Amino acid sequence: MVNTAESSLLNAISRSTCRAFREAEIHLPGDVIRALSRAADRETSDLARGELANILSNISRAEELGVPICQDTGVPVIYMTIPPDIALTPSIYEAVAKGVRDATLAVPLRPNVVHPLSRENSKDNTGPGMPAIHVQPGDRLTITVLPKGAGAENMSRIVMLLPSQKDQIPRVVAETMLLAGGKPCPPVVLGVGIGGTFDGAAALAKEALLLPVDTMDAFEQELCDLVNELGIGPMGLGGKTTALAVKVKTAGCHTASLPVAVNVQCWACRRVTVGVNR
Amino acid sequence: MTGTHLCTPLGDEVLSLRAGDRVTLSGRVYTARDEAHLRMMEEGIPFDPEGAVIYHCGPVIQDDRIVAAGPTTSARMNNLTGFLIDAGVRALIGKGGMGPLVVEQLEGRAVYLAFTGGCAALAASRMKLAGVFFEDLGMAEAVWAFDLDRLPLVVGIDAHGNDIFRDVTMNSEKVFHTRFCEGKGPVS
Repeated sequence: MVNTAESSLLNAISRSTCRAFREAEIHLPGDVIRALSRAADRETSDLARGELANILSNISRAEELGVPICQDTGVPVIYMTIPPDIALTPSIYEAVAKGVRDATLAVPLRPNVVHPLSRENSKDNTGPGMPAIHVQPGDRLTITVLPKGAGAENMSRIVMLLPSQKDQIPRVVAETMLLAGGKPCPPVVLGVGIGGTFDGAAALAKEALLLPVDTMDAFEQELCDLVNELGIGPMGLGGKTTALAVKVKTAGCHTASLPVAVNVQCWACRRVTVGVNR
Repeated sequence: MTGTHLCTPLGDEVLSLRAGDRVTLSGRVYTARDEAHLRMMEEGIPFDPEGAVIYHCGPVIQDDRIVAAGPTTSARMNNLTGFLIDAGVRALIGKGGMGPLVVEQLEGRAVYLAFTGGCAALAASRMKLAGVFFEDLGMAEAVWAFDLDRLPLVVGIDAHGNDIFRDVTMNSEKVFHTRFCEGKGPVS
């Protein structure tokens, strides 16, 4: 017998996931647009101003036409909060995956997910471990989507520093951007994960990309200024704005470890959180 | 704001462009990413390469319409590009610049034009779909023919060995080394 309450919950999860993707792919968050506009005002070189003008005009175009901001619509990274009265079952993961498949047709999304070795494309943006779903307990049922493009993701790095190398953290962040140059579509947002375990630092770095870019604490600002001193500029053509923001998240780690991960995000810092109406 | 206007097929006018020039481009371009380059090396170029323009792009196409079509990272094609220039291709469009081998291959023959990464909606609003080759490679990797209407571009690498990306990189390396490397060893 079909449990109608459960099936209506699962349908709501699929619909909300699909809706979140449509929103994220077409509309950039306000804090990101404000940061880009401020950067456009600050730049003095003709080329840097031109690149930022193209970016801002592209954002308006995507809104007008109702099409994705970037053709790399990313791989689906999803963060959920689940309230105590909902059991986390395999059906919930499947409902999210269905939302991704629906969004692939409806938005549309470019089918980006392939098998890592055969490179065979699933054509629907799902596969083993995809979407990447991260669940935390919460008061409400929410779905946050972070479509992650490859150009910037490929430039990300993790370094296992020694505890005595704490002063090298700024260097690791700046070096990541130096090695990336114009390839990750700057101006970027850098998510920095410090501490935890090898994999945990990378997870923190990605979660840091969910934080608003229009505020930074003193340490984040210091890292951001350092990256901007490199002068890579919008699209690597030179300029004052290489990073819109650097965001840091930390976690406890082993006394003998200091993992530092830097997750690079292009200027199209797409993220949307939706509540699921049951 | 924008200088020279270029129309395909391109000829010797590309030789007078200089790195840093802003240009617009109209006419036919062909998309190609990694898989398309490999296929063209094996099976030949499916269009007339003389004066042609290659666009490093994996678009979103729906119902014969370009939905989104910004540039992809050109450096992935660093070692796959020579045969196209040899065949008469006069311009490459992409993002992020290309390696020293391509800078050398372009000399006296062709240019690299940078289009703003991520600007897929802007691009799509200036392009019309005109055809497709190698569709079996999938949406992102197929060779699509697009007709452009005044796409705004920057000459990133000219036909005289000048390369903006290399200049910017050399400067950022200098800044980094001054800040971090005097008297200190590498991180790992």
